[in-house]
Amino acid sequence: MGKLLTEGSVSMKIISTKRNTLTHVVLIIGAIIMIVPFLWMVLTSIKTLGESIQMPPKIIPSQIYSENYSAVMKILPFAQFYINTILMIVGRVVGSVLFSAMAAYACARLKFPGKNAFFGLVLFQMMIPGQLFIIPQFLIVQKLGLLNTVSALIIPGIVSAFGTFLLRQFFMGLPKDLEEAAKLDGCTIWQTFYKIMLPLARSGMIALGIFTALFAFKDLMWPLIVNMSIDKMTLASGLASLQGQFSTNYPQLMAGSLLAIWPMLLVFIIFQKKFIEGIATSGGKL
Amino acid sequence: MTFDGKSTTKKKISKSTLNEWMWGYIMILPTFIGLMVLNIIPAIQTLILSFQKSGSFGKSTWTGLDNYKKLFQDPNVLQATYNTFKYAILVVPATAIISLVVAVLLNKKMKGVSVYRTIYFLPMVAAPAAIAMVWRWLYNSEYGLINYTLSLVGIKGPNWIADPNVALISIVIIGIWSTIGYNMILLLAGLQEIPRDYYEAANIDGASPIRQFFKITIPLVSPTMFFVVVTSIMSAFQVFDVIFMLIDQGNPAIEKTQSLVYLFYKHSFILNDKGYGAAIIMLLLAIIMVVTVIQVKLQKKWVNY
Repeated sequence: MGKLLTEGSVSMKIISTKRNTLTHVVLIIGAIIMIVPFLWMVLTSIKTLGESIQMPPKIIPSQIYSENYSAVMKILPFAQFYINTILMIVGRVVGSVLFSAMAAYACARLKFPGKNAFFGLVLFQMMIPGQLFIIPQFLIVQKLGLLNTVSALIIPGIVSAFGTFLLRQFFMGLPKDLEEAAKLDGCTIWQTFYKIMLPLARSGMIALGIFTALFAFKDLMWPLIVNMSIDKMTLASGLASLQGQFSTNYPQLMAGSLLAIWPMLLVFIIFQKKFIEGIATSGGKL
Repeated sequence: MTFDGKSTTKKKISKSTLNEWMWGYIMILPTFIGLMVLNIIPAIQTLILSFQKSGSFGKSTWTGLDNYKKLFQDPNVLQATYNTFKYAILVVPATAIISLVVAVLLNKKMKGVSVYRTIYFLPMVAAPAAIAMVWRWLYNSEYGLINYTLSLVGIKGPNWIADPNVALISIVIIGIWSTIGYNMILLLAGLQEIPRDYYEAANIDGASPIRQFFKITIPLVSPTMFFVVVTSIMSAFQVFDVIFMLIDQGNPAIEKTQSLVYLFYKHSFILNDKGYGAAIIMLLLAIIMVVTVIQVKLQKKWVNY
């Protein structure tokens, strides 16, 4: 009996290592497909133009040719792009997290007439494709004389229906007794929200912040429409403008691409756990 | 207080209730104003705009259904609708299946899970313009890495970007490649909610992994899968960035690749006919609404809550 059991577990172990090897093979093939474009971007960006169009392709360049980077930085004001992108992200993240947390708490915990109607508006906004808002939003920004400003980049993301929805779910999942205790201690509604509930909702707010930052960074159409002057562009739209100017110098285009994406890649790799949790939360709550 | 009139006519409302109301309104106020000004009113304005012809500098004249009449006779719009559907039909199932397979493979205790997760998620953190550029380079018919690799096995690669019969497939490949990571993360979160004991019990009963996948994993992950499918369809119907970056105006494949949102952008902001642009986006809204209703109906057939 004892022998049989051990034999069984040994064969089970063999099967499971075999299975793990197969899993790794499949995952590695997938990982190569995912990462090759990035590697190719890096490798091309340090080749001379001549080397980049060599056939058969030379994978590793004979020497690092960094001039592509300086050339691209001469063509495009990358420093300005970084500043504009950071300001846009900060503006949208602060606005949407703060205002969403307030509205979400009110929807989750307070009773007042009109609450359901308000929440209906939130759901309505979430179900409609975003392009439906773009023309009038553009006209508003134009009317306010804010075309070609950083404010124009922030405006459509200053409040967030999605954020309100997400954080409402989050607040609803928190226990109620703390609030009751706070009430007995004489805390006002604002104090209860600000001092007790907000810290508890931290992970939800981080998730929303990451989500907002990522999508602001990737947003292309809006920056393209409102900020046409080169010094007010974001990394995403500035990079898009590079293509029109140099459609065939791939080493320079790749250098520009890397200059545009490295900050987000770096932030992602450092905070990958938070990122992945954040994305998982933002989906799981719906 | 503004509620005084109400409180005397109706039941007496206590001070603490009034206080709660007041805080409720204060706390929703920024989001309420923002949503009204930036979303709700604009949505209505877009609808109104779709019945107008916008001339130079903000002057609009009411033209009734003209934009819509033009819309249904515009071969570009019909083709773009077809392109958009084709893109969605090719991208959504492929992404959903591949993401699920990757998520299932990653949902075990083994070495390297977090490394794989990071790599698969990478495309999600890159700006679309950068993604499009590097793929354009990979797709390059003369010097591109893809056609070179194909030539090694004796296949003559197509002109990925300029061939009208291939270009949409090239866009689809980028679409799948760049969304697997995101959907995989969502599905992985869903898979981790499935209690381990189910699998242990199935193991004891001698159920094969394949059987376990279809009998336990698929049904229990179906709510997450539903979310993934709904959001993927939503974003597939709004495809714009990659097409905009990959296909230039002079590209012979433009007609066979441009999506409805691409046309919307072109008419609203390049040709400056915002009325017609608005009509195009109303068409997209109608399509998305119909598709969503169908999904909610079909949901009962395959989603287990």
